[in-house]
Amino acid sequence: MSTTPRLPDGLVAIVKRECATCVMVAPVLADIAKDITSALPLTVYTQDDPSFPETVSAIHDEDLSVSWHHDIETVPTLIRVVDGKEVSRTVGWSKDTWREITGIATLGEDLPVMRPGCGSLSVDPNLVDSLRARFSGSLLTARHVDMASAEDEFESMFARGWTDGLPVIPPTPERVLRMLTGTTRQPHDVVAIAPPDLVPLTVEKIAINAVMAGCTPEHLPWVIAALEAVCNDEFNIHGVLATTMPVGPVIICNGPGTHAIGMNSGINVFGQGNRANMTIGRAVQLVIRNVGGGRPGEVDRATHGNPGKLSFCFAEDEAGSPFGTLSEARGITPGTDAVTVFAGEGPRCVVDQLARTPEELCNSFAACLRPVPHPKSVMTFDAVLVVSPDHSRIFAEAGWGRDRILRELHDRLLISGEDLVRGAHGMAEGVPEKLRDRTLPKFRPEGILLVHAGGGAGLFSSIIGGWANGTMGSTPVTRTVGT
Amino acid sequence: MNTARLTLLDPTNESRPAHRELLTRPESVSGLTVGLLDIVKARGDVFLDRIEELLVAEGAKVLRYRKPTFTKPAPADLRHEIATQCNVVIEALAD
Repeated sequence: MSTTPRLPDGLVAIVKRECATCVMVAPVLADIAKDITSALPLTVYTQDDPSFPETVSAIHDEDLSVSWHHDIETVPTLIRVVDGKEVSRTVGWSKDTWREITGIATLGEDLPVMRPGCGSLSVDPNLVDSLRARFSGSLLTARHVDMASAEDEFESMFARGWTDGLPVIPPTPERVLRMLTGTTRQPHDVVAIAPPDLVPLTVEKIAINAVMAGCTPEHLPWVIAALEAVCNDEFNIHGVLATTMPVGPVIICNGPGTHAIGMNSGINVFGQGNRANMTIGRAVQLVIRNVGGGRPGEVDRATHGNPGKLSFCFAEDEAGSPFGTLSEARGITPGTDAVTVFAGEGPRCVVDQLARTPEELCNSFAACLRPVPHPKSVMTFDAVLVVSPDHSRIFAEAGWGRDRILRELHDRLLISGEDLVRGAHGMAEGVPEKLRDRTLPKFRPEGILLVHAGGGAGLFSSIIGGWANGTMGSTPVTRTVGT
Repeated sequence: MNTARLTLLDPTNESRPAHRELLTRPESVSGLTVGLLDIVKARGDVFLDRIEELLVAEGAKVLRYRKPTFTKPAPADLRHEIATQCNVVIEALAD
């Protein structure tokens, strides 16, 4: 952080010629300067025109250093300073307040009672990013990479291996500092240890990758929460990355913040077209790639992978859910922003356009859940069942909530060992012969995650198959979203 | 003349992995202690059992190790144990 310029004792006014209120108070500033009854010397800083105001001598705040460091958002601003410390401040023109701060009872006799000020140049949207970079740039510790004039920065970022195969936004100091305004956390804060290289993951590095992914500052706390959720032994992003199976972190978002940042929980919920959905998931994957060091063909050994490894992030349709929300079911207080991460494959569709009873619908769901990821595998893979509004209405009308639906599904997914043993049904895959006489559940008790999302039309739901579950693989993790 | 016109911040971890030379391969395993690390993928043990037979026939002493799960890196203690007890290690990645 650059040094904050000390304000002189007495009265300090910050003005600009472009502001009609500043022009209006120019004679008042002259009156303050001339007032022999006041023991308070006046210092005027002018932001735009060094000759303004003609009524008093002024210091040109040409680089806006004084305005930036003293958080001037409006001009005119009048500040009273005692022993180098600000003791009072007013913005715009308010006759009573100006009189109180200056101690001059007759100040501005001819002026209206009040008049609002104008925006300070130091918060001008065209200037604020470069000012932040100039005055706060030293907060950033990442290596600076200078592009040469003949260098195409987009091509250069591809060549350096920084991208996921799609173009990324150049992470300039201006953009990264703007991204950091999205969190109260400090750039050097370590959020997690990022696998596979086990690198301390700072807020700054997350912000850099979030810029590249196309996030806005409002998305940053969600990216941070998702990274906290994946970078731990429970979720095991190292294994999720390294596995030959086609899984990646699926990020399911809950809470009112999903609306505030414009996330999609409806039509085309897993698809393209929504900035928050696409970029939050993409930022998480870019962090694992760039900071963690996890790249395809290196630690990422996926046989096929899946397109969701670019980004697979969506919000739950909470308002329309007849069975509560995923985050509540996982112990989060209702109304709290949270992310749940699941090591998942790409989604596949369940079509049932004829079921009219919850029993019929559960029969279809159970039959379609059975092949995850093989009809004869049991208890080792979890699944997310994303129920559409058209399907969930059938449960709502029957009064079935989450517990009932899950119980009915698990009951339908108890499988006889003779159908599961190796060789049964002509398939070598299966469980050991010694389990022939047992009845085995397809899923462990917590192995089906129910989520409500999707467009308002379509008697379809969706299944996201998981990866090796529990301590031998990955456990879904839920984290609240911070500030 | 190239003049810098745009500065980007490095999104990577900026680390440079230490370069380590591989040890030279032993001429013979006779008299050496060979560690066999089973990462516990299915049938990795079948593969390692056969490797053990062949190594013992060539005069090696064989020690067997197992990772708790193939989905996570070997724990530091296990790596230390292998490094201090063995001259050579063979890791089985099998399905």
